[in-house]
Amino acid sequence: MRRRILATAVAATGILALSACSGGGGGASGMDAKGPITIWYSNNDAEIAWGKQMVEAWNAANPDQQVTAQEIPAGSSSEEVIGAAITAGNAPCLIFNTSPAAVPGFQKQGGLVNLSDFPDGEQYITDRSGDLADQYRSDDGGFYQLPWKSNPVMIFYNKDLFAKAGLDPENPQLSTYDEFLAAAQKLKAAGVSDYAINPAPTSEFFQSWFDFYPLYAAQTGGKQLVEDGKATFDDADGEAVADFWRTIYADQLAGNEQYQGDAFADGKAAMAIVGPWAVSVYKDKVNWGAVPVPTEKGVAADQTWTFSDAKNVGLFTACQNKATAWDVLKFATSEEQDGAWLNETGQMPLRKDLTTTYADYFQSNPAYEQFGDQAARTVEVPNVQNSVEIWQAFRDGYSKAVIFGDGDVKSFLSDAKTQIDQLAAGK
Amino acid sequence: MTVDLAGATGRTGGDPGRSGRAGGEADAGKKRRRPFGAQPLGILFSAPYLIFVGVVFAYPVIFAVWMSFHDYFFTAPGAQVDRPFVGLDNYVTALTDPDVWRAFGNVGIFLIINVPLTVVLSIVLATALDRVVRARTFFRVAFYVPYVTASVAVVAVWLFLFSNTGLINNVLGPLAPNPSWLVNSALAMPTIALFVTWKGLGFYILLYLAALQNVQKELYESVAVDGGGRLRQFFSVTVPGVRPATFLVVLLSTITGANLFTEPYLLTSGGGPNGASTSPVLLIYQKGIEQQNPDVAAAIGVVLIIFVLVIALLQRRFVGREES
Repeated sequence: MRRRILATAVAATGILALSACSGGGGGASGMDAKGPITIWYSNNDAEIAWGKQMVEAWNAANPDQQVTAQEIPAGSSSEEVIGAAITAGNAPCLIFNTSPAAVPGFQKQGGLVNLSDFPDGEQYITDRSGDLADQYRSDDGGFYQLPWKSNPVMIFYNKDLFAKAGLDPENPQLSTYDEFLAAAQKLKAAGVSDYAINPAPTSEFFQSWFDFYPLYAAQTGGKQLVEDGKATFDDADGEAVADFWRTIYADQLAGNEQYQGDAFADGKAAMAIVGPWAVSVYKDKVNWGAVPVPTEKGVAADQTWTFSDAKNVGLFTACQNKATAWDVLKFATSEEQDGAWLNETGQMPLRKDLTTTYADYFQSNPAYEQFGDQAARTVEVPNVQNSVEIWQAFRDGYSKAVIFGDGDVKSFLSDAKTQIDQLAAGK
Repeated sequence: MTVDLAGATGRTGGDPGRSGRAGGEADAGKKRRRPFGAQPLGILFSAPYLIFVGVVFAYPVIFAVWMSFHDYFFTAPGAQVDRPFVGLDNYVTALTDPDVWRAFGNVGIFLIINVPLTVVLSIVLATALDRVVRARTFFRVAFYVPYVTASVAVVAVWLFLFSNTGLINNVLGPLAPNPSWLVNSALAMPTIALFVTWKGLGFYILLYLAALQNVQKELYESVAVDGGGRLRQFFSVTVPGVRPATFLVVLLSTITGANLFTEPYLLTSGGGPNGASTSPVLLIYQKGIEQQNPDVAAAIGVVLIIFVLVIALLQRRFVGREES
């Protein structure tokens, strides 16, 4: 029985330690080495289709440097799977699904190669992504991730439900908080859906990326949650955003209980905060429109910022043939492959001049055009140590004060700032 | 093998004459020659399990204790990092974190509800099942099915039952709590405790059913002759008769409850609302795996071990005193 106590109590920490003994690592060697490599990509159909054609194209042209690709192994989250693979020393060369929030942790683990160490690394990344690339630099100035693709989140709304509630579906008036709340109240009063909007009210660290953070990015014109090692949100802008959401929950315009399913697709919510991946998902289910996230006083669409919801590519130290991995990475993010990615998935390559580079695509797919434009004004999660812990601390306070209305918003912002400043400073 | 058997016979006095003269000395000599005991094959047979226990349980526990006293994080093989000894720093970090105290408080609430409820329901239901004549197997299987069904599968049913628009609230109508069960700070943990009680009941009923077979039927007849009814028989014969099983049920349900993870992870989406159902093991997972602070997580794990051992010792003192 004692065995059971001990085992379960340390299972979460102990098993990984065991696995650490069994792996073989690549260390920092192999920067010039070429040969076969393995890569992982995400496990949704569109991304798999793109990944397969990309690998086939590479392999056809490089018989001596074959790429073996597979979906990222199943786990409760990609970040946990990657973290475990780094510890075990069996991470693949490239993972096309690396969350920027996890990069500082992977870097601390010694799991990621600094891409700036490649002779053309710095130039390739900045040439491709422009100013947006700076958000992905680590604190030592290097790039431990290649900024790959974003899903700039916007407000999706159900045109049919808006029309039923007497709102103009073609011009929905959602740019200011007052307009948004008025529309939400009207939707609720009309009884067209259970909720006006229904972001997940759950406690996971990343949930604030889809309620507070996009609106905070818009309200501040592109400020990150932490800048220069200090939390930024304990001010009038942070308070305005938090107050907005608190009103949403207090007036039951959003639910404080998790909906089992997709509330927007099921017509349970008239609006949702989602990125362009949703275009293909909702095209046959909802007659949708999209507008930028609201700000307190309203900002023009072409000046509104939002959260990027990006996923990047990491090159892992366990890789033996890093030179091949770097070449494959450049091939997979070339103009041609980025175009194939855009076509296949509708997600935005993180490259400058996106809308002009792929003008033909956006012309023939007007639904994506505003996302292409929005992609130029996206805010990433801050690239700081303890990133996940910082977001968890923020979520805990947000959940208490905003979603459940326990305590006041000012105290939440102030307490969270104190806590996050300490976490950003080290431990 | 032959020698061992002969030795065993000698010790048990197979030849009283020889044993009386020189058996003691002879035995002592044999013992010195047997570093692996009288049955070395036993060690061979148990070796796989001992190795399993050592590698899968003992090593991680010792390693976790070591981690809890060092500045430790998981690294890629070959990564050169310092892991200095930090004394009690990780314990100070853990014990000054209000979330940790809250998690232990939450699991305390859970145990206060779950353990007595488990004991009472399982002993009552086992007694009833023991007397069922018709469809006995059906009833036993019915209670056992939730225990062997994956939590992930049955959680969906409970989410349906206890959601805002779920069956329970529809039945309760205006009496339904607001916020509803699993997003209510006061009710989330009790709801989880009910779920776990229901799910684990089949196993504990089986323990009691086994224990009931050892209760002498004559005792029931004696109480009946003295005019005692079913209730009197239950309290005067059944409850004392299954006391060892009760101690086991209390101990097992406490240990299982202290290791609570899956249910808050799934039912309340990671310990919500705002930490009201976070358990220590869930916190260990968050700190150790999600947030990459395995040293602090290990410290919480060690505190949890001590917490459970203290409770188990108290239970042994109060619940298992007659048995011991």
